[in-house]
Amino acid sequence: MARMKFLCDADRCIECNACVTACKNEHEVPWGINRRRVVTINDGLPGERSVSMACMHCTDAPCAAVCPVSCFYTTDDGVVLHNKDTCIGCGYCAYACPFGAPQYPQTANFGTRGKMDKCTYCSGGPEPDMSQAEYVKYGSNRLAEGKLPLCAEMCSTKSLLAGDGDIIAEIYRERVITRGYGSGAWGWRTAYGETVTV
Amino acid sequence: MANKISHLLVALSLVLGLAFMAPSAQAQVNPTEQSVNEGALLEALGSGGNVAGRITIPDQNAGYLIKPDNKLWAALQGETLHQISIWAVIGMVALLTLFYVIRGKIRVDGGLSGRKILRFNTVERFAHWTLASTFIILALSGLNLIIGKTVILPLLGEGAFGTLSAWGKIAHNYLAWPFMVALVMVLLLWVVHNIPNRLDLEWIKQGGGLVKKGVHPPAKKFNAGQKIIFWAVIAGGAALSYTGVMLLFPAVAGTPADWQFFQTIHALTAAVLSAIIIAHIYIGSVGMEGAFDAMGTGEVDENWAKEHHSLWVEEVKGAKASEGRTQPAE
Repeated sequence: MARMKFLCDADRCIECNACVTACKNEHEVPWGINRRRVVTINDGLPGERSVSMACMHCTDAPCAAVCPVSCFYTTDDGVVLHNKDTCIGCGYCAYACPFGAPQYPQTANFGTRGKMDKCTYCSGGPEPDMSQAEYVKYGSNRLAEGKLPLCAEMCSTKSLLAGDGDIIAEIYRERVITRGYGSGAWGWRTAYGETVTV
Repeated sequence: MANKISHLLVALSLVLGLAFMAPSAQAQVNPTEQSVNEGALLEALGSGGNVAGRITIPDQNAGYLIKPDNKLWAALQGETLHQISIWAVIGMVALLTLFYVIRGKIRVDGGLSGRKILRFNTVERFAHWTLASTFIILALSGLNLIIGKTVILPLLGEGAFGTLSAWGKIAHNYLAWPFMVALVMVLLLWVVHNIPNRLDLEWIKQGGGLVKKGVHPPAKKFNAGQKIIFWAVIAGGAALSYTGVMLLFPAVAGTPADWQFFQTIHALTAAVLSAIIIAHIYIGSVGMEGAFDAMGTGEVDENWAKEHHSLWVEEVKGAKASEGRTQPAE
C-alpha cells in the first residue's frame, strides 16, 4: 500500500490560492472555514516563499493521541481520518496539531466548538465510499474514484504534490538537483519525523 | 538636437554597460536561490518557535504555518496527564481501603446520646450539596475524557460512547456555572470558620485523632483537616473555574499555546482535587460513625460533636445558655 503524503515545493508556489478555492468548492466547505491555506513567509522581502498547507496526515498523529473519544483512524493509505459521529468537539486536536488543520464549522452551547472538520486527503470518512452521507459530512471521496486530492491535481505550477511519499519525495529531489536549490519539504520533519534529503 | 543625441548616447552606453555587466553578476548570485529555507528557519527559531507568515483569508491565526512544539503538549496530554489522573484516583482509593482495613470505621467512643445539635442549616447544606453534586458530575465527565477511551469505549462501542461523551461535554459545560455559584456561597458561608489558628497545630500533632482510638484533639466548628479540605476546594475550585472558563471561550483565552497551558492546569488540578474529595467523601460516609448526619439532616449527635468539635459544642451551648438568661420568663 502507498503511504500518501503532501509535499509543497515552495520554490514553485506562486500563491495563486487555486488549491484553496478548489478544495472549498470540491467539498462544499462552509464559509469561513479553510481546509487548505497558503501562507507567505518573509512576505515582501527578498526570497519570500509561499507554502500551501493543510492536514499533513502525520505519522503517529498528535491529534489521534490526544482525542478523548478515539475518533481518529489511519487508513491503509496512511491518511488520517476522523468520525464526526463520535467527535464531541472538545478541541484537543486543535491544541495538538502543529499545522492548524482541525477547525470547527458548527457551534455548540456558549458558541463553542461543534464537530471538528479537516482535510480528508479527498478520501471521505467512515461512511460507505461515495455515499451521500459521506459527502454531506466529509465532502467528496476522490481516492475511492482512483483520483488524487484535487488541490494537488489542479496545481498550475505542480508545486503541490500528492501521492505516495516515496514517489513525491523523489520528484522533489530530482527538481532540487536539476535547478540547484530548494527551500525544503515544508512540514515534513514535523509531520513524518524525516525530511527529503538531497 | 545635439543635446538630445548626447542624452541618447548616455542612455545607450548605460544599457550596453549593464548588458555587459549582467552575465558576470548572474554567474555569482541567482536571486531565486536566496530564499527562506524551512530547515534553517526552524533552527533559527529554536524551541518554542513557530513558522508564521502572511495569510489572505480572514482567519489570521491560520498564518501560523508550523508549530512543532504542539507535539510536546500532545505527549504531555496523551501520556503524562493520563497517568497522573489515573494514579491520583486509584492511589487514593487504595490508600483509603488500606486505612479502612487497619483502622476500621471511626466510632463514637461514648456511644450515641440520642440528643441532636444543629450543625449545618438549610442554606449551608444547599450550598454544600450543589457544590458536591455538580463536582461529582464534572469530575466523572472529566475523568471520562481521560480514561473513557480505554475503559468505557470497549464496553459500549464507538457510537454509544461518542453519544455518552457528547452528553458529558454538555453537562460539563452547563454544570460548571452552578458549581461556581456554589463555590462562592461556600466561601462566604464558611470562610470565617476556616481561618487557621494555633488549635490546628495541636490537631495536626495529634494526627487529628484519626490514627489512634480514643484520641480527640479539641476543635471549633471546623478542625484542621476540614480546613485543609476547605482551602483545597476553594483554591482548586477557583483554578478549575478560571481555566475552565478560558477553555470554554477559546477566543478569549488566546492562542493554542494558551489553551494547552489552561488545559494542563485544569487536568492537574482536577486530578489532585478529585483525590482529596474522594478522601472527604470517605470520612463523611463509611469512614466515620455519625459524620454524615452533619450534611444529611444537618443535626449531629451530641456525643459525636463533643468528641470531634468540643469547643464548638461549648460555643453553641454557651450561646443557648446566655439566650436562656435574657429571657427567663419563657
